[in-house]
Amino acid sequence: MAMTLAEAIIAKHTKDPVEAGSICRVSVDFAFTNDITGPPAIKEFRKMGAKKVFDPMRCAILPDHFSPAKDIASAEQIKECREFAYEQDMLFWEVGRVGVEHAFLPENGLVLPGEIVLGADSHTCTHGAMGALATGMGSTDLAAAWALGETWLRVPETMKVSYEGIPSEWICGKDMILALIGKIGVEGARYMALEFHGEALGKLGLDDRFTLSNMAIEAGGKTGLINPDEKLLQYARERKARHFEPIFADKDAVYAGSLTIDVTDMEPQVAMPHLPENVKPVSEAAGTPVDQVFIGSCTNGRISDLRSAARILKGKKVHKKTRLMVIPASYEVYRQAMKEGLFDIFLDAGAAISTPSCGPCLGGHLGILAAGERCISTSNRNFVGRMGSPKSEVVLAGPMVAAASAVAGHICHPKEIMA
Amino acid sequence: METTLKGKAWVYGDNVDTDVIIPARYLVTSDERSLAAHCMDDIDETYTKGVSKGDVITAGNNFGCGSSREHAPIAIKGSGASCVIAKSFARIFYRNAINIGLPILECTETDRIAKGDLIEIDLTRGTITNRTKDETYHAKPFPEFLQNLIGLGGLVPYVRARLSE
Repeated sequence: MAMTLAEAIIAKHTKDPVEAGSICRVSVDFAFTNDITGPPAIKEFRKMGAKKVFDPMRCAILPDHFSPAKDIASAEQIKECREFAYEQDMLFWEVGRVGVEHAFLPENGLVLPGEIVLGADSHTCTHGAMGALATGMGSTDLAAAWALGETWLRVPETMKVSYEGIPSEWICGKDMILALIGKIGVEGARYMALEFHGEALGKLGLDDRFTLSNMAIEAGGKTGLINPDEKLLQYARERKARHFEPIFADKDAVYAGSLTIDVTDMEPQVAMPHLPENVKPVSEAAGTPVDQVFIGSCTNGRISDLRSAARILKGKKVHKKTRLMVIPASYEVYRQAMKEGLFDIFLDAGAAISTPSCGPCLGGHLGILAAGERCISTSNRNFVGRMGSPKSEVVLAGPMVAAASAVAGHICHPKEIMA
Repeated sequence: METTLKGKAWVYGDNVDTDVIIPARYLVTSDERSLAAHCMDDIDETYTKGVSKGDVITAGNNFGCGSSREHAPIAIKGSGASCVIAKSFARIFYRNAINIGLPILECTETDRIAKGDLIEIDLTRGTITNRTKDETYHAKPFPEFLQNLIGLGGLVPYVRARLSE
């Protein structure tokens, strides 16, 4: 039977029959938590009577959400994670050597094509861009995977999304995924896998592909898969922490649905409060004032995101009533941005640069909003209270729109700043 | 787990996300009581003050979308609510609720339930009786695999049994 990428990966990891809708027991290649979901996973792991994780080099805890510890309670949570990791001799990195989990893991070759990867974090779907069936779960499921090296999965139906055409210079992966979520809604792919295809996808750099896969969950998707191409395989081979065998969808696979998005005349997209599906072309939101701009997160905190923001900000100043927070998603990105002189551009513009962390994305720290404030953010969620006060607002956008809005002090198309 | 549940309804709409069920600013602990104290804070300030043991949360589509935080079903369970009935659930929340022992039911007729209606649930039969309106609704049964998992007492006893094999 011809298989979608999700089906083909599951079939390599199970003895059960694989067809959309069936439930399979699968082996797990890599399983991780962060500092928030770690402590409940540790508690459940103990309750299960488990003594040892199934393979310490395939189990990890990444302190990235409330780290560097933002208060005493967060420090206690990170401490609990650290002590468990040392006890188990599993993967754990201190601040200064870690980064936002979904940026750090692929950089370090810890998530690889053809694998099944579980993370106790909903944005684990990001790793679908590596050609891995990567999906978010809760802490108890993750503890079970640590204990057994396996999990159960319902084989998802797959929606094929093809991006065709050649976009303008103002379009990035963020605009492409927001356009999709605007079209199908926040539950348009509920329980399903998304599989991205098309000419415009093939031309995207890897960073933009991570952005695309990252927000599959915002459409309700289990994962956002991309078939590995030579560009991706080379990246994986250069960094791999272990052997891997890429898996591909069959050419004649059967999809539960398919749709095409033409990027040719696409305008940059923004998602207005308070749902990621409230998507508009930027021109329809232009002029809306912003108090804060955040460029970073597992969605858009990679080097090409910072480069595109710097391109807009070079020689310009952040509006006097607006503050700009730039948070590279990992230390590799941080160092590269520094080497390329991007930090000078940001600092000259009047931006704040922070250490890698999820930071304000989920209302943790490093840029929390007061009541009545509005932030345009390159992150992935704009729910009520997501970045602070339940009376604040978040607008989602790509790094170019975010940078342009920082300069203008209101939502703005980057071409206006560059004119 | 009790199989007969009874309480008044707290009614919400579509896409209730885990950030409003338990905002991230409270995720500095996974203690059930501490989380329960802030359950639904950002969507309904009256919830924690008014909820009584046994009450039922009802909602539209895609309940529990967003973050994978297991703290969300933990907060609901800790608040005293006995069950969540929704037209559909986001997949991570669905797994999490089953794993931590918070009963959830998928039912297409939640629009018929109004805030404060007295609801009785028979979990074995999957029936939901609205005593205020004198109506009965039916929940979608769980897939067989999950029925077995629930029957074993959830994922923790399942793993415990597997490890002792």
